[in-house]
Amino acid sequence: MTNEELKSYLAGRFSDAEIVLGNQYVEMTVKDDMLHETAVLLKEIEEASFDYLFCLTGVDYTENMAIIYHLESTRYRHVMVLKVRTKDRVNPVIDTLSDVWITAKYHEREVYDLLGVQFNNHTDLRRLFLEDGWGFPLRKDYVDEIRIVER
Amino acid sequence: MSDFDKNDYPIIAEYEGGSIILAQLDALVNWARANSLWPLTFGTRCCAIEMMAAGASRHDFARFGTEVARATPRQADMIIISGSINYKMAPVLRRLYDQMADPKYVIAMGACAVSGGPFYYNSYAIVKGADHVIPVDVYIPGCPPRPEALLFGIMQLQKKIKRKKNFGKIKDPGIKPIISDQTTL
Amino acid sequence: MSEIREVIINTDRLRTDEYLVNMGPQHPSTHGVLRMLVRLEGEKVLNIQPHVGYIHSGIEKMCEALTYPQIIHLTDRMDYLSAHMNNEAVALCVENALQVEVPDRVKYIRTIMDELSRLASHQLWWCVLGMDMGALTTFFYGLRDREMILDIFEETCGARLTVNYNTPGGLMFDIHPNFQKRVKDFIKYFRTKLPEYDQLLSGNVIFRERTGGIGHLSLSDAIDYGVTGPSGRASGFSCDVRKHQPYSAYPLVKFNEIIDLRCDTLARYEVRIKEMYESLSILEQLIDNIPEGEYAVKMRGVLKLPEGEFYQRVETARGEFGVFIISDGKKNPYRLKFRSPGFSNLFALNSMVKGHKIADLVAIMSTLDLVIPDIDR
Repeated sequence: MTNEELKSYLAGRFSDAEIVLGNQYVEMTVKDDMLHETAVLLKEIEEASFDYLFCLTGVDYTENMAIIYHLESTRYRHVMVLKVRTKDRVNPVIDTLSDVWITAKYHEREVYDLLGVQFNNHTDLRRLFLEDGWGFPLRKDYVDEIRIVER
Repeated sequence: MSDFDKNDYPIIAEYEGGSIILAQLDALVNWARANSLWPLTFGTRCCAIEMMAAGASRHDFARFGTEVARATPRQADMIIISGSINYKMAPVLRRLYDQMADPKYVIAMGACAVSGGPFYYNSYAIVKGADHVIPVDVYIPGCPPRPEALLFGIMQLQKKIKRKKNFGKIKDPGIKPIISDQTTL
Repeated sequence: MSEIREVIINTDRLRTDEYLVNMGPQHPSTHGVLRMLVRLEGEKVLNIQPHVGYIHSGIEKMCEALTYPQIIHLTDRMDYLSAHMNNEAVALCVENALQVEVPDRVKYIRTIMDELSRLASHQLWWCVLGMDMGALTTFFYGLRDREMILDIFEETCGARLTVNYNTPGGLMFDIHPNFQKRVKDFIKYFRTKLPEYDQLLSGNVIFRERTGGIGHLSLSDAIDYGVTGPSGRASGFSCDVRKHQPYSAYPLVKFNEIIDLRCDTLARYEVRIKEMYESLSILEQLIDNIPEGEYAVKMRGVLKLPEGEFYQRVETARGEFGVFIISDGKKNPYRLKFRSPGFSNLFALNSMVKGHKIADLVAIMSTLDLVIPDIDR
């Protein structure tokens, strides 16, 4: 499906999500309690069949955090972006998608490590790159006077 | 030689011409050490590829004596730190260095090992120079340095080894230095 | 001769213990600093747990304080064996965001350099594969031929490994006058050497026994774990970005996407060898037809991307590399994320290695072609 067809198909199927045509791909923003359901539907519906998650990004905005999933279908070769925002920034919590796409398990560990986002029902949520007791470096208010030399 | 203190000097130095024998023995031991430096395979980042290229057929470092690269630190003479060192990796590097047997030498290859390199500014996880972790003998700059630069670094290390005195001090010849209180030319 | 009797030993009551072995960060065959906790029963591997982070440098955080041309030199150091393709990804992302069209000459040269990088990376993979399995000859053969490509890079780009030749808008400088002749000589030379590589390892019965049927990764697992590149294509996953989302001069060349359905280690090996032949044919199609023109478009001194999100995918020697830039209109990106192929490929290792022996673990890891700074960024 082309981008326009995909946009109208998704708008018809998921009526309470915001669907926008971005610069390159169709972007769908869902609420955080609808995330898991939407992801399962996106993987299993015949016309969508998004079975390849190729990028999972965590972003720190000033009021809350966002997780952005880039999905592709290996059958139809269309691409979409699924976005979700957490409720707040101090203790961000989101449902895990590691039971839908296995690769999300490790990408979510990375987001937890660098940004501090907790994932519900994740089987193995531990730090990946950094040691325990380190802060969350990718947050915008991370200050480390000993290690970082500012330019 | 186990109860030989650094401040001792061997009895042979008392005799006429004894210090010449000691100097020759020094030269023999240093020659043997400098010409058979076996490195530990320790490559973390891009410089590891240039180290492998230095060991391959075009620039062969086996001609300089670094014949085999040992995988275990207990059998290695030197460690070539090629690549950046992380705060998580630093205790591992320290443990590897402690497991090596004396005499051991360290070459810091590449800008990351010398001073943090391209990761000096704004990085929260790279140690700014491997010499914060272990004492380094030779620094080779470059990002990555050419294999010829690594060969030059190994040659500098060989020169450094050949200058070392191994058998304690030579006896004091009794000449005192002249202290001048001349303040104008 | 005395009579030979058969003695049958009942092994039901023999019991081996499970124990944990650490394949530590410093190890000759882990291709970098990867630590793995291997749970063994005798010599059979039950489970492995990779621990990464020993070369994590915080590149994504550093990029938030750098301008776009400065980011390109940092991408060299992530996956250093396909440095040119990483640079190209960031340059293409910025060019698409600013809607700048580069001249044809730039596209041709970028693709030629891409394929040379891919050849150099596969040569290094091949020589390290042989070394891991004990065949030290491959180390010397592969690196000898790789030096010819590095000579070409040094003459044109100035550096052997971390090339930094791309810039948003085109290339840093024009190609050297000797470039075309050297590449043509290299293609002729390498076409005689590649059958030697094949003969050395592929026909060897020990190699085939050690890699045939080992490390099975099914197609649905490959898609679920996101395993791309030659490792994914050997499981039947058609994921070549050069075919599906072409960029630079790839729409203009004819080449095959190599897909194998056997899903084991030997398939991953053969896919890469065949890819080397395809790279040579792409080079032959492009090297004589480089169009004349400028080598760069004149861009402003300070580049500011418009607000929004931009994603670019390229095919490196290891798989699909992606650059995701979220920009808020300033000269530094708000958030930059690198989708590295090694990250997804590594975590499929556990499912591939269950039930095999430790020596098979080394063989499987070599054919996955991991570069650890790519995983840790």
